[in-house]
Amino acid sequence: MLEVKNLRKRFGELEVLKGVSLSVNNGDVVAILGPSGSGKTTLLRCINFLETADGGELVLDGESFAPGKAKRSDIARFRRKTAFVFQNYNLFRNKTALQNVTEGLIVARKTPRARAEEIGRKMLEKVGLSDRADHYPSQLSGGQQQRVAIARALATDPEIILFDEPTSALDPELIGEVLAVMRQLAEEGMTMLVVTHELSFAKSVADQVVFMEAGQVVEAGPAGPFFMFPREERTRAFLRTISGESGEQPVDR
Amino acid sequence: MSERLWNILVDSFGKILLPGLTMTIPLTVIAFSFAMVIAIAVALVQYANIRVLKQIARFYIWVIRGTPLLVQLYVIFYGLPGVGIVLDPFPAAVIVFSINEGAYCAETMRAALESVPVGQLEAGYCVGMSYLQVMRRIVLPQAFRTAFPPLSNSLIAMVKDTSLAANITVMEMFMATQRIVASTYEPLALYVEVGLIYLLFSTVLTKVQRIGEKRLAHYGAQKE
Ligand SMILES: Nc1ncnc2c1ncn2[C@@H]1O[C@H](COP(=O)(O)OP(=O)(O)OP(=O)(O)O)[C@@H](O)[C@H]1O
Ligand SMILES: [Mg+2]
Repeated sequence: MLEVKNLRKRFGELEVLKGVSLSVNNGDVVAILGPSGSGKTTLLRCINFLETADGGELVLDGESFAPGKAKRSDIARFRRKTAFVFQNYNLFRNKTALQNVTEGLIVARKTPRARAEEIGRKMLEKVGLSDRADHYPSQLSGGQQQRVAIARALATDPEIILFDEPTSALDPELIGEVLAVMRQLAEEGMTMLVVTHELSFAKSVADQVVFMEAGQVVEAGPAGPFFMFPREERTRAFLRTISGESGEQPVDR
Repeated sequence: MSERLWNILVDSFGKILLPGLTMTIPLTVIAFSFAMVIAIAVALVQYANIRVLKQIARFYIWVIRGTPLLVQLYVIFYGLPGVGIVLDPFPAAVIVFSINEGAYCAETMRAALESVPVGQLEAGYCVGMSYLQVMRRIVLPQAFRTAFPPLSNSLIAMVKDTSLAANITVMEMFMATQRIVASTYEPLALYVEVGLIYLLFSTVLTKVQRIGEKRLAHYGAQKE
C-alpha cells in the first residue's frame, strides 16, 4: 500500500536520511524503532510532505510521488489518504474536541456539518471520549488529547495513519489508554506506521519492525523473528538498552 | 467650592460629554476599525513572507512608529493643502489615526501570529486543509486571542490620543474644554473634569476588555 524508496534528506551539512526504504502492506502495523536522533521523525514528516525530502520516491496505492516534484494538488491527494498523529498532539487549541475531529471533514472535505458531527461523535466514542466532546484541549489531559488526535486522524477515513511517538510526551499512567486505542485499531485492521519506544507494544501489536540508526535502516522484518533472533549486533545492543525502560507493564515504584 | 465654580462644572459637563459622544468616540471607533484592517493585512504579508509587500510593510511601520503622531497630523492637515489636497478636519484625523494605529497594531498582530506554534498549521495540513483555510480557521483566531489584551490596550490609548485632534481643529472633548476655559477662566477645574470623563471612557473599555478576555478564556489558551 505504501512504499518508501530510497528517501534522502539533509538539513544543511547534516544528512538525516541516507536512503531509507520500507514498505507497509495493507492492514499491517509497522513499528519503527531507533535511538534518538536517528531520523525517525524526519522520515515520517518526509512521508507526509511536512518536510520535502531531497530524493527518493513514495508510492501510495500504486501511485508514485516524487518529493520536490510533487505539486500542491499531488500532496493534497496524498494527504487525503493518510493521517498523522503527532508526538505533542497538536490539537487545534481554539476548537473543542468534537470540532477538532470534524474540522477536516467540514473544511477540507466539504462534508455537511450534521454528517460530520455524526462521524465526529462516533470517532470520539471509539476512543472513549464521548463525554468530552465539548471540552477544549486545555481542559483535557495529555492522554485524552492524544485520543482526540487519534479520533481526528480516523475521521477522514485514511488508508494509513502515521504515528510519531504518540505516547512519549505522556505521563506513564496515561500511556496505557492511548496504546489501548491503538491496539484496538490494529485489531480492526487499520494500516499504521508507528514510531515508538514502547517495546512491549511493538512486540505485541506490530506485524513488521524497522530498526533505524543514523538515517539508515539497519534491520527490518516480521516482528516475531525480529525480536526473537535479531540479526544485527547493533539491533541487539539497542534492544538491550531500551528493554526495561517504561512500557505497558506496571511501573514499580 | 464656590457656587459659581460648581455651576460652571455642572453646566460644562454636558458640553464636554456631547462632543465626546459625537466626535471622540466615532473618531476612535472608525479609526480603530480601519487600523485593524491595516494591521491584519500588514501583519499577514509579513507572516506569509510575501517579498515586495513585506518590505513595504516594514517601511510603513518604520516611518509611522518613528515619527510623532502630532507631526503626522500636521503633515496631513496643514501640509497637504500645499500640494492641493485639502481635507476636512474629521476625515484628516480618521486617516492619520488609522494609519498611525495600524502600524502599532500590525506589530502586535505579527507577534501574535508568530506565537501560534507551527504544529497547529501542520495539523491542519494533515487533515487536508489548505494554507488559507488553516490561516483563517486555526491561526488567525488563536492569534486574535493572544493579541486581544495588547490590542485593547492600544484602543484605550487611542481614546486619549484623539485629544491631539484638537490641534487640527476637530471639535472633540479636549477642544470643547479649551473653549469653555477661554470664556470662564477656570482651567484647573475644567481640565480635571475632562480628564475624569476620559477616565470614565477608559474604565468602561477596561471592563469590556475583562469581559472579552473571560469569553475567550479557552479559545486558544496557551496550555499544552
Ligand atoms: N528542521 C531541522 N533542522 C535541522 N536539523 C534537524 C531538523 N529536524 C531534525 N533535525 C536533526 O535531524 C536529526 C534527526 O532528527 P529526528 O527528529 O528525525 O530524530 P528522531 O529519530 O525522531 O529522534 P527522537 O527519537 O529523539 O525523536 C537530529 O540530529 C536533528 O537534530
Ligand atoms: Mg522523533
